[in-house]
Amino acid sequence: MDKKLKVSSNPHVRDGMSTRGIMLAVIIALMPATIFGVINFGYHALLVILVSVGFSVLSEFVMCKILKKPVSVGDCSAIVTGLLLALNLPASFPLWMTALGACFAIVVVKMLFGGLGQNFMNPALGARCFLVISFAKYMTNFTTDVYTGPTPLAIVKAGGEVNIFDMVIGRTAGTIGETSMIAIVLGACFLIALGIIDLKIPGSYIVSFVIFILLFSKRGFDLNYICAQLAGGGLMLGAFFMATDYVTRPITKKGQYVFGILLGILTGVFRIFGPGAEGVSFAIILGNLLVPLIEKITLPKAFGKGGENSL
Amino acid sequence: MFTFHGGIHPYDGKDISKDKPIVDYQPKGLMVYPLSQHIGAPAEPVVEIGEHVLVGQLIAKETGFVSSPIYSSVSGTVKAIEPRRIITGDHVKAIVIENDGAYDTVEFTPHPDYTKLSREEIVSLIQKAGIVGMGGAGFPTHVKVSPKEPDKIEYIIANCAECEPYLTSDYRIMIETPEKLVEGLRIELSLFNNARGILAVEDNKPDCIKILKELTKNDDKITVIGLKTKYPQGSERHLIFATTKRAINSSMLPADAGCIVNNVDTICSIYQAVVEGKPLLHRIVTVTGDCVKNPQNFRIPIGTNYHELIDEAGGFIKEPEKIVSGGPMMGFAIFDLDVPATKTSSALLCLSKDQISSAKETACINCGRCVEVCPGRVVPSKLADFAQNGNREMFEKYNGMECCECGCCSYICPAKRYLTQSIKSMRRMILADRKKGGK
Repeated sequence: MDKKLKVSSNPHVRDGMSTRGIMLAVIIALMPATIFGVINFGYHALLVILVSVGFSVLSEFVMCKILKKPVSVGDCSAIVTGLLLALNLPASFPLWMTALGACFAIVVVKMLFGGLGQNFMNPALGARCFLVISFAKYMTNFTTDVYTGPTPLAIVKAGGEVNIFDMVIGRTAGTIGETSMIAIVLGACFLIALGIIDLKIPGSYIVSFVIFILLFSKRGFDLNYICAQLAGGGLMLGAFFMATDYVTRPITKKGQYVFGILLGILTGVFRIFGPGAEGVSFAIILGNLLVPLIEKITLPKAFGKGGENSL
Repeated sequence: MFTFHGGIHPYDGKDISKDKPIVDYQPKGLMVYPLSQHIGAPAEPVVEIGEHVLVGQLIAKETGFVSSPIYSSVSGTVKAIEPRRIITGDHVKAIVIENDGAYDTVEFTPHPDYTKLSREEIVSLIQKAGIVGMGGAGFPTHVKVSPKEPDKIEYIIANCAECEPYLTSDYRIMIETPEKLVEGLRIELSLFNNARGILAVEDNKPDCIKILKELTKNDDKITVIGLKTKYPQGSERHLIFATTKRAINSSMLPADAGCIVNNVDTICSIYQAVVEGKPLLHRIVTVTGDCVKNPQNFRIPIGTNYHELIDEAGGFIKEPEKIVSGGPMMGFAIFDLDVPATKTSSALLCLSKDQISSAKETACINCGRCVEVCPGRVVPSKLADFAQNGNREMFEKYNGMECCECGCCSYICPAKRYLTQSIKSMRRMILADRKKGGK
């Protein structure tokens, strides 16, 4: 033996999954919704996506340099943030505003709080809310060459009927990535199959949301309305891809159910009682802020202290 | 299903050595017997330099109740009594014996019919034989079988899980000499009025389950239980839970749940101590890993040098990057092969690739995998943060002391954080302080 042996404290083996691997899987899972968005809305949607991803990665790189931290773009988390932000923007959104939003997501929401793992709210959603407040007119302009009418959610809020089939496929007005329920669920199934996300948060979110609108929408059991609420707006994208964001959801299992139910209720409140038709991003952001509290009250009991039987 | 919540499924590597029958190895080189091969007070030498000793001769006696004697496993001359390096890298006082290769043996007094012995006689035989927990902890067995209230012991669990990857020594014992295991368990059962025996085997060893069931089919005091295959199924507290649904926390003893847990090799040693009258001289060691030419299971005299074992297994076919004494989850990485096998050495694992030094630690992304797999039901990522920040108060508040140090969190972490390692360091500090404070 010529080389010296390596020593370290046990355990001496590691699982193959890495942070980068998880991020790459999320990017792959977002591809159906992304590709559908580009096909549905045309080339400007593609530009928005490229600008958003590009500026996310660039601003993370620059911030790492300024803060003299090791460059962390290799973990691909900035790509996920940029992609999620773009999928939450209208296809006709101006590119300079997109770039500004991407920089806000990375610089303000993520890097100023300490980078990956330290942000207290989902960077993409934080930036989306920043853009809604700053450029409300552009953020709610869903008119493109293809679609001119209001979004399906706005139609049902006004009491109208919508074509559910079109909504499931995604042939409606809306943000780039939110319209196609089928594309989003396809990507989510991929993540569930890989064990990267599970149904604790999306399941409790969607179920509690349905119960809430059944109770408070004053529509009774109106199937068209319920399906429109489920397939419309950012619910599917939010429930499967943003409420499940590791960093900003509770780490405890019980806490994840609490978080999901809370999001369902908040989304219901915003959609039914709020001024706008949409409420998913605000619900998730508000939920993000309550995560430390939720974790504190749902701390698991240890094995041998009553926690041995709990899942 | 007999199991617990949490746990992981690492690559088990057992196929490398599981079909290799146990080979008796007779060492030729120097034998080293560290005086502390167990939990408790170190033993005290009773031989002098230059003295000739025989196989089975007492060379160091116990120095208290929680202590254990040591016997020479070869015949030869005592060459030195001096500090020697052991697997942890420490130097520990040890007796060094020059092996004459003759294997002249003292006469043992067998007790073919152990039922004629009293409880005290059996416990004394176990104590005198120097038997300790051979699964790795090294807790003196006679202490385990002497609880305060023997009548409250309801289960004696033979830990046949062997959940640690790569290890096949217990498996080979169950295949080759299962009757010794079952008889050993019966001897232990005879010490307690209300106890039943459980042979708890992971269900990746269906052949063992079949053999043990066949051997115990007419014995209504012993049941064979197939456990779900999962690491750390053989952890004492989790094994008790899996088999009896009783959960004990870190400040309780198995006896508090009416249980005593013993490892396979330990129970076989009890059989040998009582029926054959032989002290603990040998143990089974799996020499394995992708660097070893002929991975094998050896029965070796305790005190054998690791170098000799590697040579006997054909040497290295690849340059090892890491050598572990024990399994990959709980074992010690050693930097020098010139150390002796002790009563608790279960394996010598030689890996050509060290997965730890090649992985870079990155930021926690709060993914929750550590919480998912933690058998202690704590939140390892937060405990590691508290440990790294020296926040002892929060560490204890978040049940840091309930960690069993199994390593599942470090194994699963996608950010490759040193979770177990941080938590372990903090636990050791707190335990040391408690000891100092006399609490």
